[in-house]
Amino acid sequence: MRKTDIAPISGYYCSRALLLLAAAMVILMVATSGSAGTTPAPKGTAEFPVERPPFTPGIFPCSACHEGMEPDIKKRELSEHTQVKLHHAPEILTWCLSCHDAKNRDKLHLVNGDLIDFTESYRLCGQCHGTNYRDWKAGVHGKRVGYFAGGQRTYFLCVNCHNPHDPKFKPLKPEPPPFKPLDKRNGP
Amino acid sequence: MAHKHMTRREFLRLVTVAGVTGAAFSVASCDKRTREEFLQKHFLEMTDEQKKSVIARLEDQYLKKYRKKFTISTQGAQPNTLWGYGLDLSRCIGCRRCVYACVKENNLSRHNPQTQWIRVLRLKKGNLINLEEAEHYYDPPEVPEEGHFYMPVQCQHCENPPCVKVCPVHATWKEPDGLVVVDYNWCIGCRYCMAACPYRGRTFNWAEPKLPQDELNTSVHYLGNRPRYRNVVDKCTFCIQRVRSGRYPACVEACPTGTRKFGNLLDPESEIRYLIEHKRVFRMKEDLNTEPKFYYFFAE
Repeated sequence: MRKTDIAPISGYYCSRALLLLAAAMVILMVATSGSAGTTPAPKGTAEFPVERPPFTPGIFPCSACHEGMEPDIKKRELSEHTQVKLHHAPEILTWCLSCHDAKNRDKLHLVNGDLIDFTESYRLCGQCHGTNYRDWKAGVHGKRVGYFAGGQRTYFLCVNCHNPHDPKFKPLKPEPPPFKPLDKRNGP
Repeated sequence: MAHKHMTRREFLRLVTVAGVTGAAFSVASCDKRTREEFLQKHFLEMTDEQKKSVIARLEDQYLKKYRKKFTISTQGAQPNTLWGYGLDLSRCIGCRRCVYACVKENNLSRHNPQTQWIRVLRLKKGNLINLEEAEHYYDPPEVPEEGHFYMPVQCQHCENPPCVKVCPVHATWKEPDGLVVVDYNWCIGCRYCMAACPYRGRTFNWAEPKLPQDELNTSVHYLGNRPRYRNVVDKCTFCIQRVRSGRYPACVEACPTGTRKFGNLLDPESEIRYLIEHKRVFRMKEDLNTEPKFYYFFAE
């Protein structure tokens, strides 16, 4: 007798609970689709105002000389650009056309074939040096000068500090040490 | 006639009157400039009008002394700013470019005495905690040297600055944007602050600063890089004259390896916040509870 009393009541609650669950799921789906629509696009295309790439005077545009030349893509000892000594990554991996584009000499190319300007060379470097690229974008690797607020801020390109053909930092002559306390130049 | 003895009360009255008259006479008899200088109020108590007149007087004095027109700013702290500094110990090569950029930007005395606000310490690798063995007179032909690393030290702009606590005349204080500054017109040269600073972040002008005429920086701040006087204490201000108008400090711009970082600790998008959140950071002598706003970090 009791069982028959309870059964319709529990069935009633079960159906109500299912209904509520379904309603909640619908609301959740609507909410998530709405929030997906308002999520801001990633800042992958942000512009970085950069310093001028440190070209050797008179060398750019490269096409001025390379224009009518037939590209020779074979890895070899160059007869021109003899001052460039490539000490960047294992020799087997790199050579001029790993970064410079054979068809358009005024551009660099990424691994996926996209052509980029020399002022965007950080994208090229970032392909291998991902952690440094991430820090550079945040301003923690490399250097920024100018105004961090209320004016123009300039980012140093990777190549403003590292020679792209020989990127290891070279030792510097330090500025003179301070005078010692008893130095005549420190006296009264 | 009986000899008249002066009572204690009469004597004190006489001394007080003589003293007050003497002081009033000496103030009244000196020239207007000296009088104004003597009666100048504390910087934090000045009205805008009073600041203007002090600035006009100082600009005139500097013009006569250095034969160059100085522009002295009294720009106050920007709202919602708390300046913080980051220094990457894995990148510093000890070249001292920052030291000399600072000297030039902040009109520091070149010799007799030489004052420098940044000291670059050379330490043996693996010896970071033993500062007693640090050397700052190193002079090799080239840096970095094998087996060493370098740790530049300057004012750490503590949130809890011991130098401010000990000043007997409140000539040094912490600004709302966190910069610890000195009023060179109020400092009495007692050097208590220098004794209290655990970072050796302050320097003393034992004589008038010797500044080359052609290297004077004439764009100055009252609390920052204006030429100092004899017998006053000065210190790094994070280039107050630059950062309050949104520019990086001179040492940040001079560093050839990008070791130095600067930004607003209250801005979650700033470089300083990024490095605190993502890198291994420490502050010097944290155990002293000075709460420096100068963060050393290792990016690599």
